This record gives sequence, C-alpha cells and structure tokens, in this order.
Amino acid sequence: MSETHHTHDGVKPGRESGRYARRIRAIEALLVEKGVLTNEDVRSQIEYMEARSPANGARLVARAWVDPEFKARLLSDTKAAARELGIDASGPVEFVVVENTPSVHNLIVCTLCSCYPRAILGRPPDWYKSFNYRSRAVKEPRAVMREFGFEPPENVEVLVHDSTADMRYMVLPMRPPGTQEMGEEELAELVTRDSLIGVSVPRRAGS
Amino acid sequence: MTPRFEPGDRVRVLPEDKQGHVRTPGYIRGKTGRVESVLGEFRNPETLAYGDSGLPERPLYKVSFRQADLWEGYPGPADDELCADIYEHWLEPTPEETA
Repeated sequence: MSETHHTHDGVKPGRESGRYARRIRAIEALLVEKGVLTNEDVRSQIEYMEARSPANGARLVARAWVDPEFKARLLSDTKAAARELGIDASGPVEFVVVENTPSVHNLIVCTLCSCYPRAILGRPPDWYKSFNYRSRAVKEPRAVMREFGFEPPENVEVLVHDSTADMRYMVLPMRPPGTQEMGEEELAELVTRDSLIGVSVPRRAGS
Repeated sequence: MTPRFEPGDRVRVLPEDKQGHVRTPGYIRGKTGRVESVLGEFRNPETLAYGDSGLPERPLYKVSFRQADLWEGYPGPADDELCADIYEHWLEPTPEETA
C-alpha cells in the first residue's frame, strides 16, 4: 500500500501530514473554492476552539463550591452561569450540569460519537473518543473508573449519562474534604478535566 | 407538539433495527426505562443529517434505565443506572400502561 509511505516534503510546521489530515485539507479547499466557507470562517472557528479549555469548567465548579446561589444557577441555566464568569457558551447545543452527591456519582460518555461540552471545555481528550471508552463506560463504568484510579463505594449509585442527542453534559464534582480554608482560585486548581467527565474526582494535594 | 410522556412514565424504546444517522444506540433498543424529564423540542437529527429541515421538532426525553436491565450479569450494585436522551418517536408506553 503506497498510501502508508507518504513523504513529509513540503509540509508546513504544525500541519499534520496523515492521510485524513490531507483529505480534510482537500475538502476545506473545495468548500472555500465553492464559497461555502471562507478562510476567515475556518480561522475564527479554530481560534474559538483553542480558546476553550478545562480551566473554564474548573472555574465554574470552584465558584459553585463557594457560592450556593451560583451553584443553583449553574445547575438550572448553565449558559447564563457561564456568561457570568465571562465564558461564552452560546450556541445551538444545550448544557446540563449533573451534580455528584454523597449517594450519586455521575459519569459522562457519548457512545455514538464524541459529543462533549466543547463550547466550555474545548476538545475532548483522545481516550474519550476511543472505542474502548465509549463501549465500556456504559457497560462496566466501575471498572473504567478503577483504571483511572477512582473507585466509588458500593453504596454510591453510579449514574452514566450517554450524550445521545442535543444535550452536552458536565459533572459538578463534590468539594474534597479538608479544603475549607482554600479560596476560589486554589479550589479551581483541584478540578481536573477527568473529574468534569466523571472518571475521577478532585483531590486535595497529598490526599 | 405536546409531549406525549411525562416524568415518571414507564416507556419502552422501540426495538427497531434502523440504520443511518440514528441517535438511539443499539444497546437500549427494546429496553424499558423511566422518563426522568422532558428536555425540550429539537429538530429530528435523523432527517436533519441528510439535508432535510428536521421539522417538525420532536420532544426529547431523558430516560433512565437500571443497568441490570441493560446488561446480563452487570458487574455492579443493583442501584446503578444509565440515562440516555431519546426522541419521542423512539418511545412507546410499556404494555402494562396500554392494557
């Protein structure tokens, strides 16, 4: 198969040279040529996506931990709550924040593709899109979490959310014990991307 | 469209073998669950994906299932559940309720 022996000649730095990347660029060039998109559209969309990161989710969670009224708004109208912190999550999809409690632990997956709250958290990690995660998170969620180093007790219900339609899910984890003295910024540093998906929970350093 | 179901209703996911851009995963087809909430009305992705308008909008429900009802020999406590978002045209009342 000569396809696998492509050369890297003429590839700009930062531009992927794989078969699919080349196909995408060819489609992009055609869409621009036919006037469906402009180069400016493509550039602004890339900038939009690059400006989003799990740090946005961490800020929302830390604020919810210190401000119960904000937490109520985050759970009832996620877009409006995000806007309060200067996070623009406007767009056609809806957001749902699901709250972990002492009796329920939430886990997010998209078995059909890779739906993810991108407008808040940016691009999902590669493992989230893997067939392995997508097939096992619904069928053996506890085994999957164990592989991430987290094991909810047997008396805690594990609730899996399969993002099959127009809603995008994010987990509001519980504030870890022993963090009463911490301020909002310090708390935000405990909130990992994995804990916003639910495969893990925030931990106090050293615990 | 007025939603046909309300929270608490027992519903069955149609066991159809439908191909293409379908947002109802195979593992819940034919399974029985409970309506948790009505999420709103959205354009139908099954036709939207093929260049159609996707109209009329369809009610979308959050439906919960007991994991033990989805997987034979589910390796976890009986309380573990799974929720999926399902469009109304994929749901029917459970046979008990139509009787």
